[in-house]
Amino acid sequence: MSVVPTEFPAGRRFGDRIGDRVLYGLTAAAGLGAVALIIGIAYKVFDGSSLAFSKFGFGFIVDEVWNPVKNQFGALDLIWGTAVTSFIAILFAAPLAIGIALYLTELAPRVLRDAIGALVEMLAAIPSVILGLWGILVLGPFMQHDLEPFLKSFLGWLPIFSGDTNANGGKGILTASIILTIMAVPIIASVARELFASVPADLKDGARALGATRWEVVRGVVLHATRPGLAAAVILGLGRALGEAIAVTQVIGSVTQIPNSLFGTGDTLASRIAAQYQGYGSNLQASSLFYLAAILLVFSLVVNFGAQLIVRRFEFQNTGGS
Amino acid sequence: MSGDTILNVAPIEIAQSRERRPVTAARETVFDIRNLSVSYGKTPAVKDVSFEIYRNMVTAIIGPSGCGKSTFIRTLNRMNDLVPSAKVEGDVLYHGQDLYASRVDPVQVRRKIGMVFQRPNPFPKSIFDNVAWGLRVLGMKDNLKDRVQHALEQAALWDDVRHRLKKSALGLSGGQQQRLCIARALAVEPEVLLMDEPASSLDPIATSRIEDLMHTLKRDYTIVIVTHNMQQAARVADLTAFFSLDVLPDGARTGLLVEYDATEKIFTQPSDKRTEDYVTGRFG
Amino acid sequence: MTDVDPRAQQLFLTDGRVRRRRIVNRVMEGLATVASATAVAVLVIVVVSVVRNGWPALNANFFTTSPSFSAFGESQGGILSSIVGSVILVAFATLFAVPVGVLGAIFVSELAPRRLANVVRLALDVINGLPTIVTGIFVFSALVLAQGQSALAGSLALAIIALPLIARSTQEVLRLVPSSYREAGLALGAPRWRTVVGIILPTSLGGILTGTTLAVARVAGETAPLLFTTSLAATTVTWDPTQPVQSMPLTIFQYAEQPDPSFHTKAWATGAVLLFFVLLVSLASKFFLARARRKLSG
Ligand SMILES: Nc1ncnc2c1ncn2[C@@H]1O[C@H](COP(=O)(O)OP(=O)(O)OP(=O)(O)O)[C@@H](O)[C@H]1O
Ligand SMILES: [Mg+2]
Repeated sequence: MSVVPTEFPAGRRFGDRIGDRVLYGLTAAAGLGAVALIIGIAYKVFDGSSLAFSKFGFGFIVDEVWNPVKNQFGALDLIWGTAVTSFIAILFAAPLAIGIALYLTELAPRVLRDAIGALVEMLAAIPSVILGLWGILVLGPFMQHDLEPFLKSFLGWLPIFSGDTNANGGKGILTASIILTIMAVPIIASVARELFASVPADLKDGARALGATRWEVVRGVVLHATRPGLAAAVILGLGRALGEAIAVTQVIGSVTQIPNSLFGTGDTLASRIAAQYQGYGSNLQASSLFYLAAILLVFSLVVNFGAQLIVRRFEFQNTGGS
Repeated sequence: MSGDTILNVAPIEIAQSRERRPVTAARETVFDIRNLSVSYGKTPAVKDVSFEIYRNMVTAIIGPSGCGKSTFIRTLNRMNDLVPSAKVEGDVLYHGQDLYASRVDPVQVRRKIGMVFQRPNPFPKSIFDNVAWGLRVLGMKDNLKDRVQHALEQAALWDDVRHRLKKSALGLSGGQQQRLCIARALAVEPEVLLMDEPASSLDPIATSRIEDLMHTLKRDYTIVIVTHNMQQAARVADLTAFFSLDVLPDGARTGLLVEYDATEKIFTQPSDKRTEDYVTGRFG
Repeated sequence: MTDVDPRAQQLFLTDGRVRRRRIVNRVMEGLATVASATAVAVLVIVVVSVVRNGWPALNANFFTTSPSFSAFGESQGGILSSIVGSVILVAFATLFAVPVGVLGAIFVSELAPRRLANVVRLALDVINGLPTIVTGIFVFSALVLAQGQSALAGSLALAIIALPLIARSTQEVLRLVPSSYREAGLALGAPRWRTVVGIILPTSLGGILTGTTLAVARVAGETAPLLFTTSLAATTVTWDPTQPVQSMPLTIFQYAEQPDPSFHTKAWATGAVLLFFVLLVSLASKFFLARARRKLSG
């Protein structure tokens, strides 16, 4: 490379200064654009919901009615549906995903590890609308004819498994929860896998050298050291489940009610917005949909910050607070 | 037996230095290693090692980097099981029982034959829990507090930490962490303590505390220590095994046992030229 | 067996506790294995369902004609208009998101003061966590209410989803660029922008490619944000981005709800096409990632 002269021609120096300015300007615009975007989104969503808010106030959140004919709207049933489906999904997904991640990091022979790891990633790549399609046409009938009757015959004494299994073609809370589980598992598993892989081999050796079994090492060292990260991963999966609109709207039955069993139909916030995208009858209904979106937005913010908070505290702890 | 041919230690001399145990007739074999070879995949790491390790003695393994010291010591408690490519041939007899026999449970092996590693690796838990963890796992939960205290005393750490047992172990100094790891290993009452360069990441003061510790610990335990530091071997070991690298006909390099003898002898009048070169610093 | 030393005896000692620990260990290993097998099984079941059910409709006609409907309410014709629509949507979304994502990432990793960088990073994280239906409703109120549905509106919604993915992959690879590259540039007296444009950007191309393919795979299957922005489309092929376009995900969504089974077959077939595309692009993304990593750390 040629030696750079200490004295630039004046023109080039000027050009470079412009170049630096332009680069900074462009990148700053993009970066700050992202900040403006999220503020804009929040503004638009809250602004859109102002009509519904002025009519219903916070009472919207605890009101069960969703009746476009009477122009009465409330979100309680939808919040309930969102909470229950997401909760069940996480209940299934978290242990499954952690099991997968443990299998991949601690157990699987190398060949299987790469292959199964790739397959689990593929599961994450399936578009939700395809899962929903499968949910309607394959999982739904299976739920109706096989799983739900089976659950009912064994666990029917529990109110949540006591409902009518034939009423809605397999659509309902439980079916939606299973679809959400399928979506959340690969998300949690991929984070958990990275977490487990980051546990120093030193630590695991230390535990093994004391005569601990593989599971004891996992429980005492691997899971212990990654607890907060795992919590954050689970929360991330929860965020995904809370916000999923399409696949849920396809299989949940879209009925505003708090069903008396998991076999019953219901609806979630995101699903309701998706289901009524066409033909809302009034401005108030449209605004109520925005209100639902605003609630979702708040949920997603809480989830996001919650996860970050946990990770922060974890970093502090992990350095021994020293 | 091949062990005897290499071990040409007559009941001899030695021992003015403090507490060095006379290598006399009354010694009890803990490990009898016979024709041990270990390879990673197709690459041999140590080849055809045979010797015996005796009870209540400190046995040092010395040798140049890469000669398979760590590989060797890890076969003594089956830590190499966890490396999928590692293949062990030959026998490691522990009180006459082959450690690699099919009915032996490697988990039980590691429980009786503890290990301390090169870098201190305390768990990210409190000091107390570091020591108590193994006890809980193994179900030695009676008198948990006493057991923890006893282990910490044995590791000469009790006075340093008695007032901060609930504090994170990661806040300890490197030397304290290493002694905590020793306490952790001792707490589960092993018979043997394997140490792979336990002081190599420590400063001289911390190192000398660990060395002092070994002198006291060998009353109750059998200790095998890998070390890079020849003065250290000379200071702590009763017996020393010198490993070296050998170039095989096909060009592969592999570790082998060159000489095994009383420490004094290894350092003053080695019988093998390679040992002499190494201990006088002409090698590695 | 001859008498074994009592101390060696302990090596195969199996008291109740040891046996119990061994069983717990086995059970846990079994559960982890079953969990993995379950995930793989679900993947296989879904993929097989899609391909097998869609197979009857997957012929040349399916790719070359647009939908039409028989007098009896059956689905006829193919999904050409949806394929074209999806291509338009994804292409424009990529076009919008890549420059903003890459520039934003450069700002965060190379130029911005720390505080500001954290703010931008946080914003990107929040956008990433946003339910896509919220993104859809945002574009609806910001654009569609005034100007009506269009492919561009749909692309914009998809671009918002793609943005954090691209920005993150770019940031990750920028972190891998050795700082010696930057110093070398600056030490030569080269101005910053030349270092960035001439050295840092070219080295991080792999990361940008990874992020872009990842984003393409993700947004190609997105449905929710299209509902409000480009769903009221004609069933004919349009290349005009100012018109609403049909798309594959939306077609699946709408056909799945139809009562006539002929629509279901078409939905499955469309799913097969979409799935094939998405998995192929994901694979490409993995490939680019591996290559970028190898290049920078090898
Ligand atoms: N897990 C492994 N997989 C493959 N090869 C290995 C592995 N561990 C060690 N080796 C190889 O085996 C040989 C012996 O290594 P080992 O760590 O036992 O030597 P060492 O004497 O302990 O060296 P050092 O003094 O540097 O610690 C080396 O060539 C090393 O590269
Ligand atoms: Mg070593």
